Amino acid sequence: MRIEKPTKSRLATAIMMLTMATAITLPQIARAETVLRIGMTAADIPRTLGQPDQGFEGNRFTGNTMYDGLTGWDLSSATKASIVIPALSTEWKVDDADKKKWTFKLRPGVTFHDGSAFNADAVVWNVEKVLKQDAPQFDASQVGVTASRMPTLVSAKKIDDMTVELTTKEPDSFLPINLTNLFMVSPTKWQAFFDKAEGADAKAKSQAAWAAFAREPAGTGPWKMLKFTPRERLELAKNDSYWNKDRIPKVDKMLLLPMPEANARTAALLSGQVDWIEAPAPDAVKEITARGFKIEKNEQPHVWPWQFSRVEGSPWNDIRVRQAANLCVDREGLKDGLLAGLMVPASGTFEPGHPWRGKPTFQIKYDLPAAQKLMKDAGFGPTKKLSVKIQTSASGSGQMLPLPMNEYLQQALAECYFDVKLDVIEWNTLFTNWRRGVKDASANGSDATNVTYAAMDPFFALVRFLQSSMAPPVSNNWGYINNPKFDELVTKARTTFDPAARDEALAELNAASIDDAAFLYVAHDVGPRALSPKIKGFVQPKSWFVDFSPVSMTP
Amino acid sequence: MFVYIARRIVYVIPIVVSVALVCFLLVHITPGDPLVAILPADASQELAAQLRIAYGFDRPLPVQFGLWLWRAVHGDLGSSIATGRPVLAEVLRAVGNTVTLAIAAAMIGFTLGLFFGLIAGYFRDTWVDKVATSIAIAGVSVPHYWLGMVLVIIFSVQLNWLPAVGAGPGGSGSWGWDWEHIKYLVLPAITTSVIPMGIITRTVRALTGDILSQDFVEALRAKGLRETKVFRHVIKNAAPTALAVMGLQLGYMLGGSILIETVFSWPGSGLLLNSAIFQRDLPLLQGTILVLALFFVFLNLLVDIAQAAIDPRIKRS
Repeated sequence: MRIEKPTKSRLATAIMMLTMATAITLPQIARAETVLRIGMTAADIPRTLGQPDQGFEGNRFTGNTMYDGLTGWDLSSATKASIVIPALSTEWKVDDADKKKWTFKLRPGVTFHDGSAFNADAVVWNVEKVLKQDAPQFDASQVGVTASRMPTLVSAKKIDDMTVELTTKEPDSFLPINLTNLFMVSPTKWQAFFDKAEGADAKAKSQAAWAAFAREPAGTGPWKMLKFTPRERLELAKNDSYWNKDRIPKVDKMLLLPMPEANARTAALLSGQVDWIEAPAPDAVKEITARGFKIEKNEQPHVWPWQFSRVEGSPWNDIRVRQAANLCVDREGLKDGLLAGLMVPASGTFEPGHPWRGKPTFQIKYDLPAAQKLMKDAGFGPTKKLSVKIQTSASGSGQMLPLPMNEYLQQALAECYFDVKLDVIEWNTLFTNWRRGVKDASANGSDATNVTYAAMDPFFALVRFLQSSMAPPVSNNWGYINNPKFDELVTKARTTFDPAARDEALAELNAASIDDAAFLYVAHDVGPRALSPKIKGFVQPKSWFVDFSPVSMTP
Repeated sequence: MFVYIARRIVYVIPIVVSVALVCFLLVHITPGDPLVAILPADASQELAAQLRIAYGFDRPLPVQFGLWLWRAVHGDLGSSIATGRPVLAEVLRAVGNTVTLAIAAAMIGFTLGLFFGLIAGYFRDTWVDKVATSIAIAGVSVPHYWLGMVLVIIFSVQLNWLPAVGAGPGGSGSWGWDWEHIKYLVLPAITTSVIPMGIITRTVRALTGDILSQDFVEALRAKGLRETKVFRHVIKNAAPTALAVMGLQLGYMLGGSILIETVFSWPGSGLLLNSAIFQRDLPLLQGTILVLALFFVFLNLLVDIAQAAIDPRIKRS
């Protein structure tokens, strides 16, 4: 076989073809799709139909991503407390004559992912999906995760296309904060599924429509669902026509993978299968950072406490004992030792710098001599220890490391003449018992319960624990706290409608609870996550939520 | 043979009903609220009662069981409390993934188990036997979740050869039998295969040794049969027992291993069971246990029938 030398013209053709091929390929390389892969702690993809399950992790991944509420959270700062800002409503106002009525002006020009318009009808429809039992779109499975987060809202009424009126059953200045939990889904899309659904009756058709909607949802958020494999993965694509141009995502796709096991998440990160994992195991932090990954963390609105029994005969009824316990724990030691830095020592529900912190006179810190003195004043000492029993769990959402942490407290409090006994039960059972209160047999004679809580809004953070009327079976005042000052301050905060004055009233309430040593405040979680060095632009706010929009990825 | 099969099928019915009853009662007598997955901690009693009625948990247990069994017989295992999705679809999808894993693990475990068992039996009390037996004992003794983690650390984290978690680049929904998918299967399948491999090795070793010491083997050798033909007779005699053991092991593997599937985030029935337990998702928990129990019962039935087909003495007994 004879190989001919290329002639000049053949050479020129070859060069031209090579140039063209390069020209065609290069822009494609430049436009290579960027995919952010996240290993979640959830065992399953949180529900995608608008009201996610799995607590705030659900809101973080399938709520705030695909949907918006009338109000939202400002997640742009790592140093300031996250505050509520306008989202699908641009402004709101309580009625001067009737403080139970609120007017919300809606954001014009917003469309759902299916192209239908967001308007007052859509708001009314979305309120009724969880509050109006005879509405076709009413869905019992969404009520639990929504109604309790906006406990006073009773109805919505259209004023005009871009104005709605919301009514609460009592004056409630917390409503705009609570509305961050009500995500707006497209009624048009749901109706199309409902019309096509088969079922014995309207209720069955409605359930089928919601199931179909969950597989193909439409919200107004910065991310649109692309593909969903139950229990395995959720693929989201950026919404190029998002109404807030500043928050159009920088990466093309986001892939969410449920990985409930901490070691599996860590292995997935270290082997390059994912770019981001939530909650790495504390003992893996050193290895993760040694390999060049970043650990992001920040103080979360989260409290790891002992919630005291305050029924008759409880050892915690003596304020000296409550204060002694709060002064007896070396939280810095807990942080640096057991938790590898993944906590913030708690000196109340809110820390200094938060608008709801206030100015407590009792300073929660580690002061062993002061704690021992208080206990001696209360009649206890090395030869007369105070026996207390604590109900806790071996694991659980938000519980951090419940057993080792409680054993740490057990040892610390022994220095202050406490004899702590632990009653360890399964997490879901502990959670169920929390609702039942200390008087219920399920408390098993405990003097305190150890259930962590989110402190995103005033109701969840303070009111449900401190107001006397929130005792079981109404809400989570597990220990039956009955302090007229707290009740008075709750009412004051709820009925103060100027945001700054409301925050001040809440700060007063928080300060009062610290002064009263209402709980044994131990730690705040820091929402740790490990990120690949390829990730840029991420801001970890002081929140349960994060904004995925500014996140970009280098090749 | 037909009468034998019919009789075995009739025996299965009360077993299935008993299994259904036990799994229904077990998940109901455990403490905690079945609605905990969707009921927030501060839910009012009114809201809790409303949801309890909506999900039928307000009815007496016998009524709940009757309704559940009636619907189950008609192929309806209800809907998951946490996700609202039909339980049957969830379980079948997960079982499909577990079957994929079990097949791969069975291929590894059975092949190695037979190989080690036969050579250990043939070369009894030699160093070959000792090595094979040691491997078998290690297979049965090593905690498989620990082995899984070790394999992940070596092959995923350190060497970066194989993925640490998941069921394929696009999830199990896009499964294919190509290397891009099979590489996700390698580590969980090896981990899952270790116990059956050990058990089969030990069983086959004992059987082989026992058969080789029998008179008919001496007679076969005395007749001048080549060792390969003697070997065939040994295998034929060992097959029914080995098959029964393999069937049981396959049953265990199809039941899913909660720990292995959790370590590798393999979306099979074990991981589903784990998630149902943690979310206290009663319909999902009941449905998963029922389907897995049925798998186990029917697999045993198939093994029994296969044994009878191979060895007529079993049918007669």
